[in-house]
Amino acid sequence: MAMIEFNKVNKFYGDFHALKDIDLKVNQGEVVVVIGPSGSGKSTLIRTINGLESFSSGQLLVNDMDLSNKKADLNALRRDVGMVFQHFNLYDNKTVLENVMLAPRLVLKRDEKENKEIAMKYLELVGLTSKVDSKPRQLSGGQKQRVAIARSLAMRPKVMLFDEPTSALDPEMIDDVLNVIKKIVQTTDMTMVVVTHEMGFAREVADRVVFVDDGMIVEDDPAEQFYNHPTEERAQQFLSKIIVHK
Amino acid sequence: MINVLTNNWSTLLTGFGNTILASVIALFFSLVIGSGFAIMETVPSKLARGIAHVYIEIFRNIPLLVITMFFYVVIPQYVAPMSGFTAGTIGLTLYTSSFIAETVRAGIQSVDPGQMEGARSNGMTYWQAMRYIVLPQAFKLVIPPLGNQFINLIKNSSVLAFVAGFDLMYQGDALASATFDTFNTYLVVGVFYLILTLPLSYYMRYLEKKLA
Repeated sequence: MAMIEFNKVNKFYGDFHALKDIDLKVNQGEVVVVIGPSGSGKSTLIRTINGLESFSSGQLLVNDMDLSNKKADLNALRRDVGMVFQHFNLYDNKTVLENVMLAPRLVLKRDEKENKEIAMKYLELVGLTSKVDSKPRQLSGGQKQRVAIARSLAMRPKVMLFDEPTSALDPEMIDDVLNVIKKIVQTTDMTMVVVTHEMGFAREVADRVVFVDDGMIVEDDPAEQFYNHPTEERAQQFLSKIIVHK
Repeated sequence: MINVLTNNWSTLLTGFGNTILASVIALFFSLVIGSGFAIMETVPSKLARGIAHVYIEIFRNIPLLVITMFFYVVIPQYVAPMSGFTAGTIGLTLYTSSFIAETVRAGIQSVDPGQMEGARSNGMTYWQAMRYIVLPQAFKLVIPPLGNQFINLIKNSSVLAFVAGFDLMYQGDALASATFDTFNTYLVVGVFYLILTLPLSYYMRYLEKKLA
């Protein structure tokens, strides 16, 4: 069953054609990694999935909701679609625990005791139970990103979107965050779309790899095939230039 | 100076009390109205932003005295009677609210847009995100500039003297023309204003250091 389905989606920023005839289908439980050079449109692509970006034409179905309908209930959509950002976007005025508990309390009206149990469970998953009372400014980048992941998971979403989750981190923090994401991939059957430059990681977790360039999906392959024999020349060039982290 | 004080203690104190009262009322309402228009200026709706913009530009760009006279003279003539104190306090409120709106708007807009995006992506509505995430951070940012607005408000409350609002300035004027001791009278009036504004000024300095 398709959880996310793009049909000929186009997006313009004024004259700039940011997404060109995007066709992409992500099935339930699938992990799709999106790679491509800076400015290629991968962030725009992933941000249309939860309605942070609108699009100009085409159809996009997410969790059976038609986002081309202007009246689509984006709040309802986002209850089921979590997102993790490059710059974390933690609530700076709230403690770590409150960051994780706030949306479930306000949006899902989750019972306070249950809410705290679930929050602690996910903070444990990301290894930050000792930081529950800290404010975001007291955390390192890697810690912030792990809190952001726990915050999204606490909503129990069906889909998780990761928009370059490690691009703003110091090198030694990157593995902590990637390991948490790997753990989620291994222990849940959530649908995931991950924009990343971490090739070793992508290879390990991805079911499929989508290569985006100049607003177009240039290549969409099963992960192993992509790494071993990318068909398009542009993808081959890109792969040969990036450093593979292990 | 001491004579002015001791001989007219109750007159000056009444004026001082009225100045404080007008300032506190205007402070409260201008903060509420100003914050309301500030929020309106940042919402997605163009109509709401337009209305807020018109309100702010009108009251920010007309002299306080003109607004006040409008309520003291025009409104009683066509609508309903109004005391000088009321007219002055309303004028002060509307005038100050436009400056507070601009201050708070700047605060809201200097909160990282990622805060709103994070909250919306987490399932919160626009208003939940504003109330729990954006506004608390915005108000913390604007405490120092708001302090300046409050100090201005207290000083501007002297506009009540022009519309028989019985405030500190009005009583000072009355004493000066009755006693001809203008020097000492206005000196005393000035000191009374300082009693209100100086502590506020230093408190703002302290907050600014603490929040920086």
